[in-house]
Amino acid sequence: MNSPPAILNKILPYSVVDGPGNRLVLFFQGCNFTCATCHNPYTIGVCDHCGDCITACHAGALKMVANKVVFNPELCDQCDACLEACPISSSPMTTTYSIEQVLEIIRTHLPFLSGITVSGGEATLHLKFVKELFETIKTMEEFGDLTCFIDTNGHLGEKAWTSLLPVTDGVMLDIKAFGTGVHQGLTGQNNQKTLLSAEIVNRAGKLHELRYLLVPGKNDMQSEIKRLIDFTLALNPDIRVRLNAFQHHGVRGAALDWPTMGEERTREIAAQLTRAGIKNVIVPAIFQ
Amino acid sequence: MQDISDRLRKITEDKTLSPAQKAHYLALEAENSLPYPELDADTRKALDERVICDMFEGHAPYKPRYVLPDYSKVLKNGSVYLELPIPQTLDEAINTLMIAYHHVPSVTGMPVFLGDLDNLLLPFCQGVSEEQLYQKIKLFWRYLDRVLPDAFMHANIGPTDNPVARAILRVDAELKQIAPNLTFLYDRDISTQEILRIATDNIVECSKPHIANHPVHATTFDERGYGIVSCYNALPVAGGSSTLTRINLKEVALRSNGVAHFFDEMLPRYMALNFSLTRARIDFLFNKSNFFESFLVDEGWIEQDRFTAMYGVFAMAEAVNVLQEKEGKTGVYGADEAANSLGYEISKVLAEAVAAQPLENVWRGRAMLHAQAGLSNDIGATPGVRIPYGDEPDPIAHVNALAPHHQYYASGISEILTMDETIKNNPEAMFQLCKGALATGFREFTANVASNDLVRVTGYMIRLSDVKKFNDKKGSRTNTTGLGAEAADLMGILDRKPRVVGHELSPSYTE
Repeated sequence: MNSPPAILNKILPYSVVDGPGNRLVLFFQGCNFTCATCHNPYTIGVCDHCGDCITACHAGALKMVANKVVFNPELCDQCDACLEACPISSSPMTTTYSIEQVLEIIRTHLPFLSGITVSGGEATLHLKFVKELFETIKTMEEFGDLTCFIDTNGHLGEKAWTSLLPVTDGVMLDIKAFGTGVHQGLTGQNNQKTLLSAEIVNRAGKLHELRYLLVPGKNDMQSEIKRLIDFTLALNPDIRVRLNAFQHHGVRGAALDWPTMGEERTREIAAQLTRAGIKNVIVPAIFQ
Repeated sequence: MQDISDRLRKITEDKTLSPAQKAHYLALEAENSLPYPELDADTRKALDERVICDMFEGHAPYKPRYVLPDYSKVLKNGSVYLELPIPQTLDEAINTLMIAYHHVPSVTGMPVFLGDLDNLLLPFCQGVSEEQLYQKIKLFWRYLDRVLPDAFMHANIGPTDNPVARAILRVDAELKQIAPNLTFLYDRDISTQEILRIATDNIVECSKPHIANHPVHATTFDERGYGIVSCYNALPVAGGSSTLTRINLKEVALRSNGVAHFFDEMLPRYMALNFSLTRARIDFLFNKSNFFESFLVDEGWIEQDRFTAMYGVFAMAEAVNVLQEKEGKTGVYGADEAANSLGYEISKVLAEAVAAQPLENVWRGRAMLHAQAGLSNDIGATPGVRIPYGDEPDPIAHVNALAPHHQYYASGISEILTMDETIKNNPEAMFQLCKGALATGFREFTANVASNDLVRVTGYMIRLSDVKKFNDKKGSRTNTTGLGAEAADLMGILDRKPRVVGHELSPSYTE
C-alpha cells in the first residue's frame, strides 16, 4: 500500500442511494466545487487548524495539540456547533484512514454489500487513494464481486480517468448546469471538464447514472432542460438520468432563501425528458 | 371483574364487529367463564401477575394453538370424512384445499397454515400454461383473503424456483392483500438467485413475503418437514404446537436484585413456573378435550405426537436494560456491546434450560424456545429479543446486534427491519440485505418499506388505511385490523418510524 492515508468525513455502511444495491460509502473530506446548494457543505473545506471550532464545542471533544485540532469522538454528542463555527466549510470531526483500515471496515460488512462507493466532498481529489483501494478490492479474492463506484462532480481530466476507469465499475456523475455562467454561479467552477468526463466515462461503458439537481429559477429553465436533453441523447439515450430536486436539508447560507423544487414540477421535467427519448428517467422517492 | 352478561351484551351490540366476529368473541367469553386448568398456587400467582403468560389462549384449550396439517394426504387420498374424491386436475386440487382449510382449527378459529403450496400444487400443473396458472392462483388468493380474512394465515413456497411459486409471487405483489401471509423458504444451494430477487422485489412492493433461512430450519426439524405459520413460528408439519406460553423477561429482571440473582434464582424460578403452566394446558388438551378423536388424525393430516410446545420469551430489551441499571451500567440494549452480550447469555441459558426439561405429550419430549412477537396490549415490553421501536440502528448494525440470538430460538424468532422508501428506487439493496442477514445467521428476514400501505404488525400484515377506517368506527372486514388498530393506539406504531410493532394477537374483546 503506497498511498498516503486520506481524510474521511464519514463511512456509511448502509446506503441505498449511492449506486446499485446496498453500498458502503466513503465520504472524503474536501471538494473543488463550492456549490451553494450543497447538502453537506461541511465536507467542502479541508481543515487548516485555525481552532475556531474549539471554543464552540461545549462537550470538550476538540483540543489543540501541537498546533493541530484533535477530535475525540468519545466525548462528542453530535451537536454540530463546530460545523457552524468553521469559517471554511470544513469539519473537525473527521478521521484519517489508511487503505488497510478501510478494507478492514469493508470486511466486517461484506455479506451485506453489493459494493462500495466513494463520494464526498469530491472523491476524485484523492485519486491515488481511490485507485489503490479499488485495485486492492479487485485483486483480493475475499472481496468477491464487490463493485467499486464513484460519485463525482466530474471535475477531473482525461489522464486521470484513464488510470482510474480500469478498476472502476460505475460512475454517478453530477451535472450542475449546462450554461457556463449558470454553472460558474452555482459551483464556482466552469463545467468543461464535467461535460468531457461524461463523454469519457460513457465511452468506457461505465456511466451508471447522470444526475441533475434541479434548482428552481437557476437551472430548470427551458434553455437548460433542452441542453440536458440534447446532451443526454447525444451521449446515450439509454443512460439513466436521475433528477434530484433541490431541498433545504443541510444547506447553509444564501441558498436557504432559494425556493425548493416541488414534486409536480420535477415530474413535469421528467416527463419532458421521457417524451424527448431519454428512456430511463428517475425522480426522487421522497420530496422533503 | 366485569359481569359476564354485560360483556356478552356489549359484544352483541358492538357497532364495528361483523356477526362472525361477534360469534368468535362470544365463544371466547363462554370458554373463559369455565374454570382454568388446575394450577399450583405459585404458577397461578405468576400468571396473575403476568410474569408468565398464556397468551390469553382461553381457559379450556380444546384445540391446539397451531395446527399444520399435511395437506398432501388429502390431495393424494381424498377424504372419506369430507366425502372428497382424489383430485385429478389443478382446479380440483385447489378446490380440495379450499374445503380442507375450513376444517383446520387454530387459536383464532381460522387456519394458520395453508401448506407448502408450490410443492402441493406442482403435481397438478402439467399442461397448465403460465397464464392459466396465474389466473387460477389469482382467484384462489382472492378467495383466501375474502373468506378467511386473518393475517395469521400463512402460505409457504420454495426453496425451489418453480412456476407455482412464481405465479404466487406475481399475484401477491399485484393484489397486495393482507391475507394470506407468505414465506419464501430460501436455500442458497437450491433456490435460484432469480426467484430470491423476485421475492425481495415483492417486499419492496408490498412488505411480503418473509424470507426463511431454509437450511437452518430444515436441520432443526425432521424429514417430514416444517412450516412457517402465523408470526414466523417454525413448527413440525403434520403436527404443530399445542400451546404457546411466554415469560416476560422484564418482569423477571425487575424481581431480581442483579445479574447473578437473575441467573441463579429468578430466571430458573419463573422458567419452572412457565413449564408447569405449559404442562397444565397440554394435559387438558391431550387428556380432557378429545381433540385428537378426529378425522384429522384418522386420515393422517396430523399426528398426535408431532405437536410441540412453544416456550416463548419477550421483553429481552427491557430485561437487559433493567439488569444493566441494577449493575450500575449505562450501556443500552441494541447499541452497547456488553448489553448485547448479556442478552446473548440470557438466550443461551433459556435454550439450555428448555432442552433439559422433559415434557409429556410434546414432540421429541422437549419444548421449543420462541422469541414471542407480542400481543396488542403489551405495554413497555418489546417483542421477543427485538430492539425497541425508534432505537433501531441502521439495518446492518441491527442485524449484527441480533444475529447471535437466532441460533437459540428453534421455533421462531423474527426482527422487522424498516427501510425508508428510497429503497424503492433500488430494490437490489433489499436483495443484498436479505442475503447478508441470512448469511449472518438470521433464521428469518422480514422487512417493511416506509411508504407501503401494507405493513407488518409483528408477524402479520395490516393496511394502514384500514386502521384509519377502523378507528373511524367503520369496522373492518379483516380480523387483524382490529388488532393492528389496538397496537397502533397503544404502542404508537403510526407515529413511530414507518415500521410496524410487534404484537401477535388480541385474544379477547376490548371496546
